[in-house]
Amino acid sequence: MNIVVLVKQVPDSGAERTLSASDNTVERGSASNVINEMDEYAIEEALKIKEAHGGEVTVLTVGPAGATDSIRKALSMGPDKAVHVSDDALHGSCAVATSKVLAAALGPLGADLILCGAESTDGRVQVVPHMLAERLGVAALTGARKLTVDGSQLTVERQTDEGYEVVTASTPAIVSVWDTINEPRYPSFKGIMAAKKKPLQSLSLSDLGVAGDEVGFAGATSQVLEWSKRPARSGGAKVTDEGNGGEQLVAYLATEKFV
Amino acid sequence: MAEVLVVVEASQAAGVKKVTLEMLTIARTLGEPSAVVFGDAAALTEKLAEFGAAKIYAASGPDVEDHGAAPKATAVAELVKRVQPAAVLIGSTQEGKEIAGRLAVKLDNGLLTDAVDVAADGTATQVAFAGSTIVKSKVTRGLPIVTIRPNSTTPVAAPATPAVEQLSVAVSDTDKLATVVERVAEQKGSRPELTEAGIVVSGGRGVGNADNFKLVEELADLLGGAVGASRAAVDSGYYPHQFQVGQTGKTVSPQLYVALGISGAIQHRAGMQTSKTIVAVNKDPEAPIFELADFGVVGDLFKVVPQAADEIRKRK
Ligand SMILES: Cc1cc2nc3c(=O)[nH]c(=O)nc-3n(C[C@H](O)[C@H](O)[C@H](O)COP(=O)(O)OP(=O)(O)OC[C@H]3O[C@@H](n4cnc5c(N)ncnc54)[C@H](O)[C@@H]3O)c2cc1C
Ligand SMILES: Nc1ncnc2c1ncn2[C@@H]1O[C@H](COP(=O)(O)O)[C@@H](O)[C@H]1O
Repeated sequence: MNIVVLVKQVPDSGAERTLSASDNTVERGSASNVINEMDEYAIEEALKIKEAHGGEVTVLTVGPAGATDSIRKALSMGPDKAVHVSDDALHGSCAVATSKVLAAALGPLGADLILCGAESTDGRVQVVPHMLAERLGVAALTGARKLTVDGSQLTVERQTDEGYEVVTASTPAIVSVWDTINEPRYPSFKGIMAAKKKPLQSLSLSDLGVAGDEVGFAGATSQVLEWSKRPARSGGAKVTDEGNGGEQLVAYLATEKFV
Repeated sequence: MAEVLVVVEASQAAGVKKVTLEMLTIARTLGEPSAVVFGDAAALTEKLAEFGAAKIYAASGPDVEDHGAAPKATAVAELVKRVQPAAVLIGSTQEGKEIAGRLAVKLDNGLLTDAVDVAADGTATQVAFAGSTIVKSKVTRGLPIVTIRPNSTTPVAAPATPAVEQLSVAVSDTDKLATVVERVAEQKGSRPELTEAGIVVSGGRGVGNADNFKLVEELADLLGGAVGASRAAVDSGYYPHQFQVGQTGKTVSPQLYVALGISGAIQHRAGMQTSKTIVAVNKDPEAPIFELADFGVVGDLFKVVPQAADEIRKRK
């Protein structure tokens, strides 16, 4: 099976994150950047499918030049090759434009299965998988906590507020995964060494036939007007339980009218 | 006045969800709300009318209901082209965002997710980076398509008498590529839904095991709240994943959040720090959760929580 995994580089969600003061985009320059966590689960799922059914796994990233670090890290887990779409004109792109570029890059790759994370931690927009399905005319099975591959038949279990549902489709399809689906492997030393030599193709927008003014600030469909830091919460009263901590807690809840 | 389309979030069990009433309330400041229902509208009409739906568009049947977001996005796109609404509001839920994403591509239109408010000029207020940053944004191409986070505003009733129009949606084969073959409802009892609850009581690794979560549930029930859990508690198998609060779980914004045996890691805060009031019980006085708790008890939750439960019972 020909599998493409979408991998996005994002600022580390465990560190302080901010928007840029100059142009209101996600500050990526000074942040410590990592693979979007959920995408690691997508990589793992792709490798498991390859191990069981054969095929090839390609990593696809749309992002700035520095995203190469994350691509090499992704490759060190085991995928065969990578495609990196990078172009200065992409800066400031909205999700609509990003999906256009991803779709253009996916076209020639001819994937049977596109795997990606359910959401990215920077925007948390959770829209790219369905946007791609819409553009490519393929099925979208999203938010998978379990994926079964049987020939060209895909079955996904996904959690809902009420319980869960089982959704099926045939390849070609895009499947987004939740972090409950598996446990991503750690790259081995051998994997890290091998990753350095794996093919990494760099593409510009013109290679994809996408015009510069369809993306970035020029092509953005929405705009951040302003932003501010929420005032940090400050801790209030803190009491140490000396036998009546529960009562004190309820007394506080009562003054706030919760009981 | 221009119509504002509100894509209704509802479930068989709970009927119209609270986020829908919030969206109707916001929609009234932008124009005249029209509710878009997928499934049986009859059961929902009364509630939608009470909160100001001036019109109800309903699409039902297996073609629309059994293939996930794709046919629903097609239905909304057809409506947008026909009625030229001032805005489209959709719930910031898994399927809501999926519909919104497809709609944006279909219409080549901008999209704003996770908004907590929309001003009359279409400017949306969004909360970003784990609740640490407030962003004001605008759609610059097309009409505002905005997904609204549950618990963003207080629903206000404004009775209307909506006419119901049944839609016949031209669902294409491509819209039906994915098929929901089974829906499994898991027993949830009478607790409110996590993202919509006014009170959430969450347990962390400090709760110790699955059995002890009864203590968390007991306090939640006494307060009329929902139960949440930290990732450590979920990963340890104490509580099911759908109740996880945080970066990779649900984002909640209740009036009251109670954290029991939770350290308050940045990824947990990501899902709860916009709560109105936060209280915490933790035996470690240095636990970071106390940095954001309006009231904290340093102590053993196995002593503090049962005593608090007794005290609430006494006061009832
Ligand atoms: C990419 C990523 C995503 C993540 N997403 C999430 C997420 O969505 N949600 C989430 O919650 N976490 C998430 N995490 C994990 C997060 O970093 C923390 O590990 C997790 O929140 C810790 O859970 P905890 O507070 O229950 O456990 P711990 O950090 O182990 O804290 C347990 C606390 O309980 C206290 N305690 C123990 N016994 C008692 C007792 N008897 N009485 C009172 N207090 C007691 C201890 O003092 C301690 O403070 C994520 C991490 C990563 C890397
Ligand atoms: N620029 C990008 N490059 C590669 N993959 C991406 C990009 N943006 C989003 N994705 C993929 O789409 C998923 C959902 O992202 P989002 O819709 O932005 O929350 C991510 O987990 C990635 O797998």
